[in-house]
Amino acid sequence: MKDRYDAAVIGGGPAGLAAAISAKENGAEVLIIERENALGGILKQCIHDGFGLIRYGEKLTGPEYAWRDIEKVRKLEIDTALLTFVLDVRADEDGYELVLTSREGIRKVRTAALILATGCRERTGKQIFIHGDRPAGILTAGCAQDLVNLKGQMPAHRAVILGSGDIGLIMARRLTLEGAEVIGVYEAKSRPGGLARNISQCLDDYGIPLHLSTTVTRTIGKDRLEAVEVMKVSEDLEPLPGTEEIVPCDTLILSVGLIPENELAESLDIRICPQTKGPYADNTLHTLKEGVFSAGNCLSVNDLVDYVSENGMIAGRSAAAWVRKKRERDLVPVKTGKGIGSCVPQYLDKGSDLKKTVFWLRSDTDDHDREAVIRTGGNAVFRKKIRTIRQAETIRIEADLSGMKEEAEVSLE
Amino acid sequence: MREIICIVCPNGCELKVGEDFSVSGNLCERGRQFALQEIRDPRRTVTTVCRTVFPDHPFVPVRSAGEIPKDLVPRAVREAGKKIIDTPLGIGETVIENILGTGTDIIICTNELKEVR
Repeated sequence: MKDRYDAAVIGGGPAGLAAAISAKENGAEVLIIERENALGGILKQCIHDGFGLIRYGEKLTGPEYAWRDIEKVRKLEIDTALLTFVLDVRADEDGYELVLTSREGIRKVRTAALILATGCRERTGKQIFIHGDRPAGILTAGCAQDLVNLKGQMPAHRAVILGSGDIGLIMARRLTLEGAEVIGVYEAKSRPGGLARNISQCLDDYGIPLHLSTTVTRTIGKDRLEAVEVMKVSEDLEPLPGTEEIVPCDTLILSVGLIPENELAESLDIRICPQTKGPYADNTLHTLKEGVFSAGNCLSVNDLVDYVSENGMIAGRSAAAWVRKKRERDLVPVKTGKGIGSCVPQYLDKGSDLKKTVFWLRSDTDDHDREAVIRTGGNAVFRKKIRTIRQAETIRIEADLSGMKEEAEVSLE
Repeated sequence: MREIICIVCPNGCELKVGEDFSVSGNLCERGRQFALQEIRDPRRTVTTVCRTVFPDHPFVPVRSAGEIPKDLVPRAVREAGKKIIDTPLGIGETVIENILGTGTDIIICTNELKEVR
């Protein structure tokens, strides 16, 4: 490991790997900093398939997808610091100074550009106000996935799963295949969060019931979970009195949302967008702080890893270009109009190449047969019909916005 | 008339298969093929983990090289659970040949063992 780099990538998951490869291929000296003992990020434990349909036209498992990038990192001889954690980042006139801790002790590294690829953490039980003591047997789906797939440990005999997002559905199947009884998947909303094909191949295939409009309100048990109390909820997610039911179990698996991990960004006073919970970024994935780029789930939660990799490729290329030649950006905001829940990017740099401007959008509702529209100066310059819209699924559009003058507006009409 | 959700791609089209094996609701040909396969002989990919003798890599991800009959998946996972990998295999190499007589191999999904000294 050297003392200075052109670009330091924080996070060695799919976003960080793609960013590092792209930055290196564009001439930057790159360091990947990863807190775990191996590259790959969350993909190491996502042993199911379905990854890479867009990027490779293949249905790969998470590890296979990650290894394609890891092999490239090896081939390009990109420096990697594993089991290394960033304690602190300081900005100065020359760039950034990182304070790292690892088994070798504390060391400092300087970098001109920083690429944040720190992914997400999972929402926990305390954050969704489940009452009860703190017995063993309550864990997030990702934690259960790590225990089963990486450590070969079985955390459950009889499990209740709260949350019907893809992670919860995948773990319903995984735990069943490893011998647990999954009593049911409970979902507070009236519609399932995960993909229809996952309801089919994870729940229907195994006869696991899905209980919509039902949530877990209380845990019962002191040392180990003994049961949970479930209740039906209204459309507004208010528990309906009189619908309480006790479900005996020894494990509660929580799949109740992902939160972008942006503590480092916040410590650098980087402005965070309330809709994405990630840094505001322009179309080159440059945040509002000069020299700091962001990619992947820390920028905005994605459902397809292919888009995470695309984020990384853009951020890496942009960081390398910026290190080569720093310039003043000419930023215009992207207004979000009708139907948009969140949008990346939130700014366009008029000084950059806008010929292939990519937007990753989230709708504010489920619907079908809508049109994604981009307007500049009041005129629609891009339209795309979208057949099926789900709040949980990212919509990717690519538009030629070269020559745009005033601000842009994106909407789903 | 049978209703199936297609699992081939994230679209998850709602397919309808008539008594005459006509398929509707699919956005592509792969969906039509899936529907017919699902009616005749439903198949799935198996993905699980196998133990190894390597102390820094106690469990590694494996998959079936192709799809096997859906009903055999739980048994295939149990079979894979008995296997202990003792050679440094690389992605695509065979862990278990011809799982449960299906003609499909179980292959490894990681190159981490190749980096073991």
